[in-house]
Amino acid sequence: MDNITATIQVVPLNHYILLSAIIFTIGVIGVLIRRNAIIIFMSVELMLNAVNLLLTAFSAYSGDASGQVFVFFIMALAAAEVAVGLAIIVMVYRNTNSVDINVLNRLKW
Amino acid sequence: MIDLVWLIPLFPFIGFLICGVGRNVLPKAVLGTIASLAVIASFSFSLGIFFEFNSVEPVIINLFDWIKVGNVNIPFAFQIDQLSILMLLIITGIGSLIHIYSTGYMKTDAGYGKFFSYLNLFVFFMLLLVLGANYIVMFIGWEGVGLCSYLLIGFWFTNGAFADAAKKAFIMNRIGDLGFLIAVFIIIATFGSATFTDVFPKAQGMVSGDTTLTLITILLFVGTTGKSAQLPLFTWLPDAMAGPTPVSALIHAATMVTAGIYMIARSNIMFSLSPITMSIIAVIGLATAIIAAIIAITQTDIKKVLAYSTVSQLGYMFLGLGVGAYTAAFFHVITHAFFKALLFLGAGSVIHAMSNEQDMRNMGGLKKKLPITFITMLLATIAISGLPPFSGFFSKDEILANVFEHNKVLWIIGVLGALLTAFYMFRMMFLTFWGSFRGTTEQKSHLHESPFSMTIPLIILAILSVVGGFINVPEVLGGGHWLASYLAPVFEGSTSRLGELALSHSTEYMLMGISVGGVIIAIGFAYFKYVKNAHVPISDSENRSALAKISYNKFYFDEFYAAIITKPLDALSVFFYKVVDKAGIDGIVNGVAKAPIEASKGFRLLQTGNVGFYIFAMVVGVVVVLAYSFFKF
Amino acid sequence: MNLLILLFFPLVGSIAVLLNKNYAKQTALISSIITLGFAVTMLCNFLPEAGKQFVVDLPWIPQLGISFKAGIDGISMLMVLLTTGLVPLIILSGFQRTFKNPSALFALVLFMQSGLLVVFTASDAFLFYVGWEASLIPIYFIAAIWGGADRIKVTMKFFIYTFAGSLFMLLGIIYLHLQTPGNTYDIEAFYALSLDSATQGWLFWCFFIAFAVKMPVFPFHTWQPNTYAESPTIGTMLLAAIMLKMGIYGVIRWLIPVVPIGFLQWKELALILCIIGIVYASIIAFKQKDIKRLIAYSSIAHVGLIAAGVFTWNVQGVQGAMIQMINHGINVLGLFFVADIIIDRLKTREIASMGGIAKIAPKLSIAFLIILLGAVALPLTNGFIGEFLLLLGVYKFNIWAAGIAGLTIIFAAVYLLRLYKDVMQGTLNDLTASFKDIKGSEVVLLSIVCALVIIIGVYPQPVLHISESAVTELIGQVNSKLAF
Repeated sequence: MDNITATIQVVPLNHYILLSAIIFTIGVIGVLIRRNAIIIFMSVELMLNAVNLLLTAFSAYSGDASGQVFVFFIMALAAAEVAVGLAIIVMVYRNTNSVDINVLNRLKW
Repeated sequence: MIDLVWLIPLFPFIGFLICGVGRNVLPKAVLGTIASLAVIASFSFSLGIFFEFNSVEPVIINLFDWIKVGNVNIPFAFQIDQLSILMLLIITGIGSLIHIYSTGYMKTDAGYGKFFSYLNLFVFFMLLLVLGANYIVMFIGWEGVGLCSYLLIGFWFTNGAFADAAKKAFIMNRIGDLGFLIAVFIIIATFGSATFTDVFPKAQGMVSGDTTLTLITILLFVGTTGKSAQLPLFTWLPDAMAGPTPVSALIHAATMVTAGIYMIARSNIMFSLSPITMSIIAVIGLATAIIAAIIAITQTDIKKVLAYSTVSQLGYMFLGLGVGAYTAAFFHVITHAFFKALLFLGAGSVIHAMSNEQDMRNMGGLKKKLPITFITMLLATIAISGLPPFSGFFSKDEILANVFEHNKVLWIIGVLGALLTAFYMFRMMFLTFWGSFRGTTEQKSHLHESPFSMTIPLIILAILSVVGGFINVPEVLGGGHWLASYLAPVFEGSTSRLGELALSHSTEYMLMGISVGGVIIAIGFAYFKYVKNAHVPISDSENRSALAKISYNKFYFDEFYAAIITKPLDALSVFFYKVVDKAGIDGIVNGVAKAPIEASKGFRLLQTGNVGFYIFAMVVGVVVVLAYSFFKF
Repeated sequence: MNLLILLFFPLVGSIAVLLNKNYAKQTALISSIITLGFAVTMLCNFLPEAGKQFVVDLPWIPQLGISFKAGIDGISMLMVLLTTGLVPLIILSGFQRTFKNPSALFALVLFMQSGLLVVFTASDAFLFYVGWEASLIPIYFIAAIWGGADRIKVTMKFFIYTFAGSLFMLLGIIYLHLQTPGNTYDIEAFYALSLDSATQGWLFWCFFIAFAVKMPVFPFHTWQPNTYAESPTIGTMLLAAIMLKMGIYGVIRWLIPVVPIGFLQWKELALILCIIGIVYASIIAFKQKDIKRLIAYSSIAHVGLIAAGVFTWNVQGVQGAMIQMINHGINVLGLFFVADIIIDRLKTREIASMGGIAKIAPKLSIAFLIILLGAVALPLTNGFIGEFLLLLGVYKFNIWAAGIAGLTIIFAAVYLLRLYKDVMQGTLNDLTASFKDIKGSEVVLLSIVCALVIIIGVYPQPVLHISESAVTELIGQVNSKLAF
């Protein structure tokens, strides 16, 4: 365990923050500009993973394991979300023959 | 016997109940008899009290506590003194005669029982009015007679115009009544009581021209302008002729309309201490007298002539009150009650004979057919015109003599009014009884003298009209001024302040000479115009001269009131309802409810359904929140 | 006599009506007469000078300081008599009408009576509020189920309007509750509070709005004409004859004594609103075409005068208000019943299409006239006593206010006599020619109303006596607070 911590700490914390920020931004931009529901879905996963990375890094640097426990929770949750989300997307595809989110605009005023 | 005074109003009230309940059950003869007997019983009691009463101080009879709240205590109490005794005699005496007359006059009417019950109710309220020992009990009678007047004017209510006339009378009286009521409030606040015997001694101690007293008296006078048909509220009285003729005689000539004079005479101390009010009363009284007389000159409906004549004579009474001649004014109330009741009953007899025709243009030459009516009415006309030694001469002359002492200009106008009176009264007589018959042959065949039940009251009243003046013959003519000395206790406070009439005998002779001379000339003029030249008023379709038009159309008072009061109020009503209430206030209320709906209409546009937009909005939201927390803290 | 029996017997009656569906009207009438009997028994044992009597004080939710505390003093006694006396008449008014599901209707009426009685006797603010809202629910259903064509919209508005008003009151009650030493809702504790004038100022408005909506005082009145017009006449009578008195009673018991300084600050404004309301509503009544709406506006005018009398806060004004509440209840009930008789027979509310009815319906015309004279305050009818005292009270406050408020006696004559003329006088038309005069229960009801109009007018002292000492005491209590 100390090894891993030490290994992690080889890289300065700023780099982790920067990396996760970049990944997170990619995720956000992906969600914002893509219209394919599956891509958006993947972008969301990217954001989640960016956060996971950050949590792990902070956890290692501050010597507190609870951050990593959080990461497990998030992963479990992400898995569940993927299951439900993909199921919805499949259903959407069956109904509309498309996974373009702009087609899904019927839920409005 | 004085302790039993409560029986006096009770009799007519019982009569009212019997006639009211039994109106469809009892035969007409019984109803009429019961109603008449009730009033005659009151009359006999009044006579008894008249002979028994010899106290200088008023006698108070407390019946029960009516309204008692905090320090305001209003007992239901009666007051007997010279003034109320005389009023009792007039009301029950003339009331009895008119009841008897009505048994003949209303014989064929379907509402016979109803009529007598109303008439008895009227007498009941009128008696309460004059017996009341405080302003509130007086106010019961005051409004009660207004109610009966309403009921009796609208007696034939299936005619919409008659019902309107009734409504008008009630409402115009109500305007005056508000003045009365507020005056009563001020009296209660100032003197701590509304009882006459508490108020007047305290008032006597106040200075002349006191603001509160002026206010009280002006408001009381406003009350009388409604009830006694003075400017500006007189227009209901001519319309009130829609009622059956005995009603016009009893209510709108002899009793109810004189309630205002009674009230001022009753409160004379307060009035004597308010010179401003006195001047207002004198001017309004005179103005009413003249305007009504001018209107009467061109009227063609026999009852309308008499109605305006009543308004005019009431004006004279107010003129008398205004110059402080309380006895003279009250004297005129008495004589006027005799001859005006007689004139109305006579007119009723004519109308009866003419099969309900009231337009003098269709009458003429009736003196042969209706000899008793003719002679009695002629006597009354002479009396009202003021020829000696008939009753009207004494009373009118006494008022005018007092006015002369007070103000010469008012006197000149007053004498002119007296000449007009003589002119229009004789015009009426000449048009009705002289010349040739102008009605239809159908009417002519039905012409008949009225039955005894109607003519006997006429004869009694005629005798009273002729000799009634002798109760108060002035010293200058060798009389004893009985009425003045009888009423002296009532007016004591005022006479001590205002002084008595102090004209030299020669001046008085001169005044009498001028007015009698003028009256004879006026009668002569009427004779030449309507008998010698047989002039008949033109029909409504023809054009009149401008002056005649103004007079014929009653100075456009009704139109004027309609334009400045009725129509604006009605318009205001619609405006308030549609604009202020519906659109304004309710609009705001509904607006409060609509605001969230309208707002939500705007906000829901954000719900585009575009997932990309939602995500974008979410991101922007997150950024904003983060930015806020960075820069704020 | 236990007060609880009086308060809850109507509920028992209400259940009995529901169980006894075939004789709903009769059961309701008997139940309400028994309640009246209880009230009269209490009146016999009642001592006007002895303050609050028949006190019930049971713990209800002691954790929150709420107790079931109620009692009857002179003011409450009159209101209890009003409620218990008029409900039988209101039920009787439905005897010759057919309703769908009558048992539900009459059960609601009795349920409402119970709520009203709680309001008029409560000595605990929470209990008062519960009664206040509990009486709103039945009238909502009565209007919404048995009303006219426009009923849903109108009753919705009525409900939200009055409910919004009472929310402010709830706020005020909770605030006062938190200020009391032992966190209680007891009215005596409220009276004992001495808050600063700013607090009392806004508390005044909290209560005033609730009461003003209920009365209603201008400009909070716009729910009223529509609701009166659209409700079934039973509902209109409940609203006009009894329910609006909750507002006036509230002012006397819960507003002025609780926040005397706030009252002093806003007295003029409240009075001006009342007096504007008198003139304004009277003028609107002039040209109303709908008979029920006309009476509704006349009621606003009359209630404006009652409220003005209360706000003058002198013995004549408040005593006038007390007796006029009774009188207004009787008169407005009578007027609405007459209107109901006419509407029921002619199937229209348009005044213009009526006329000449007096000719063929003399009994109705006499009753109508007597009630109408009571409403225009003719002496020797009940209305005069009330309006005389009220105007005297207003006069003591200000002569001009009395002059303007006094216009009501002219205006009332104008619109009511217009109404009488247009409906009863004139000539018959095709519609009115087949009008049938009143009979049976209608005669009974109208005779009772007319008798009350005249008896109270001729001998009002017994009624005045019931509330006199309670009113004097309450006024004295407030004035002593204001004196420092």
